[in-house]
Amino acid sequence: MRRLIALRLGAFVVVMLAITILVFTLSRMTGDPRYLYMSQYTRITTEEWEAQGRAMGLDKPLVVQYLLWLGNAMKGDFGESVHYRINALDLIRQYLPATLKLSGISFGIAVLVGVPLGVLSAVKRGSLWDYFGRSFALLGQSVPPFWIAIVLVWVFGVELGLLPTSRQGDWSHYVLPVAVLGWLPAAGLLRLTRSSMLEVLDSEYVKFARAKGVGPMKIIWKHALKNALLAPLTFAAILLASFLTGTVVIETVFAWPGIGRLAVQAALNTDFPLITGLSLVFAIIFLMCSLAADVAYGLIDPRIRYR
Amino acid sequence: MSSITGKLTPKGINVAKVFGTLRRWPIIPVAVVLFLMIIAIFAPLVAPHHPLEAKFEKRNVPPVWTEEGTSEYLMGGDHIGRDILSRIIFGTRISLMVAATVLAAGAFVGTALGVTAGYFGGIVDEILMRLVDFTYAVPFILVALVAAVIWEPSLQLVIILLAIFTWPPFARQVRVETLQLKAMDYVAMARVSGASSLRIAFKHILPGIVPTVMVMASLQVGALVITESVLSFLGVGIPAPDPSWGSMVAQGRNYVATAWWIAFFPGVAIFLIVFSMNFLGDWLRDTLDPKLRQL
Repeated sequence: MRRLIALRLGAFVVVMLAITILVFTLSRMTGDPRYLYMSQYTRITTEEWEAQGRAMGLDKPLVVQYLLWLGNAMKGDFGESVHYRINALDLIRQYLPATLKLSGISFGIAVLVGVPLGVLSAVKRGSLWDYFGRSFALLGQSVPPFWIAIVLVWVFGVELGLLPTSRQGDWSHYVLPVAVLGWLPAAGLLRLTRSSMLEVLDSEYVKFARAKGVGPMKIIWKHALKNALLAPLTFAAILLASFLTGTVVIETVFAWPGIGRLAVQAALNTDFPLITGLSLVFAIIFLMCSLAADVAYGLIDPRIRYR
Repeated sequence: MSSITGKLTPKGINVAKVFGTLRRWPIIPVAVVLFLMIIAIFAPLVAPHHPLEAKFEKRNVPPVWTEEGTSEYLMGGDHIGRDILSRIIFGTRISLMVAATVLAAGAFVGTALGVTAGYFGGIVDEILMRLVDFTYAVPFILVALVAAVIWEPSLQLVIILLAIFTWPPFARQVRVETLQLKAMDYVAMARVSGASSLRIAFKHILPGIVPTVMVMASLQVGALVITESVLSFLGVGIPAPDPSWGSMVAQGRNYVATAWWIAFFPGVAIFLIVFSMNFLGDWLRDTLDPKLRQL
C-alpha cells in the first residue's frame, strides 16, 4: 500500500511538472508578457520597456525564466491579475470555498443517488426500477447541463418563483445547482455500478454464497457491491473531469462565486496570470482526487495493494 | 410467439410485433440522426431564412403557436431579430461537422498509435501509453480556457482541442485488442509464411479492431456534441455570429423571463441528437461488442 501511494505521488509530481512546463510554454507563445502590464495606449520609452523587461526577468535565458516562474508559483505567487489588479492567489483563495462546498455536496448526492439506484436496477433487472434507473442515466448523459440549468431557472425561478436562481445563500440556493451538477456523475455512477453489479452477481463466488445460504441482502450489499464498486473507481478520473467541466458551467449559469466562474471570466478577459494560477490549482485538486481514488481502489482490492 | 402470429395474420398490424421490433432495433434514434444529417446537408434549401438575416421588428417574436407569433418565424425570433429555426438548422451543420471531423481524426490517430503500441511494444509502447496517461490527467476544460486566452476562439481551435482529447481512449483500447490478436495462431502463421509487419498490422490485425473502433466512436458522438456546445456556451468555442447551438442558448439566457424560446429550442436540438446517438451507441455496443460493456 505504501509503495502504491509512493508510486502515485511520483506520477503526481511528474504530471504537475509537465503541466507547469505546458502552461509556461503556452504563456510565452502569446507574445511578450510585458504587453499584459504595460498599456498599449500610453507612450513608453525604450528605457522604460527595457526596465520592465529586467524587472520581469525577461533578459535571462528561457530556462532560468521558467525556473524563476516555477519558484514563484510554488511559493504561491502567480503574479498580479491583469483584470482585478490584486495577487492571483489571494483572488483564488477568496473564491475557492464556494466551489468546494458546491461540488462536495453535489458529489455526495451523486454517490448517494447513483450507487444505490445502480444496485437496485441490477438486482431487479428488467423491472420498473431498472427502466427508471436507466432512463435517469441516459437522460443525465444526454441533456446539455447548461441548458437544463437555464430551463430549471426559468421554471422554478421565473415561472413558479419557488427557488432562488443565483448567488450563494441559505440551503435553497443549493437546490438547483446541486441537482444539475450532480446529475451527470450520478448517471455515470449508476451505469457503471449497474453493469459491474450484473457481472458480479453472475460470478461463481456469489453463486457459492447463495448456495451456502447467505441472505440476499448480505450477498448484495456485502459480497457483491464491494467488488462492483471497483469499476466506478477505475473511471474516477473520467468522472472527475466531467465534474470539473460541470462546475465551470454551473457556476457560470447560477452566478456562483467560485473558481469555475472565475476561470471563465479570466479566459474572457484574457487575464493570463489568473488563468495560469487557476489551472495549477485546478490541476492539483484534480490530481489529488484521482490519487484518493487510487488509494481507495487499493483499499478495496487487495490484489493491487500487494503488487 | 409473436413472430408466428405475425406470419399467420400478414394483413393486420400486430401490436406486440411492432413493439418487439422497436425494442430490438433502434428505429426512432436512427430516424432522428438521419433526419438531422439530411437537414445539415441541405441546410440552405431547408431553412426558411438566412441564419444571419436580422429583422429589427422581429426581435423576440414568440413562436407561431402563441398569440403574437408569426408564421414567418416558426420558432420565434431571437434578441436581434434572427429566425431561430433557421439558425438551429444551420447550427446542425456546425455540430455534426465538428463531431465528425474530431471523431475521424481521433479514431484514426488513436487506432494507428494503438496498433503501433500494441504490435511493436517496447519503448514505443511505453512512451505512447505514458502520453495517454498524461492526457487523462489533464482536465480538458482548463486547457480549453487557457487556449481561448492565448488564441482567438475559432472553429479550427475547437476541432483541434477536442481531437487532442479524443484519441487517447481509442489508443488504449485498440492497444489491448492488438495485444490479444497478436497472440492468435493465424497471426503467427502469417508471420511464418513471410508476411511483413506492415502487412500483418494492416491485413490481419486491423480488420479485427474495426468493430471496437466503431462502437467507441458511436459512444463518443454525444459527449463531443455536448462538449462543443459547452465551449460555445461559455464563449470560448465557435465565435459569434455563427449559429452554434451552445452560443444560441447562451444568448437566450438573459431573456428567459421574457423570451424563453431563444434558449429553449437550441437546447432541444442538442438533446435530440445526443440522446439518439447515446441510445444508438449503447445498442451498437450491446450488439457488436458486449465485452466493452463498461465503457
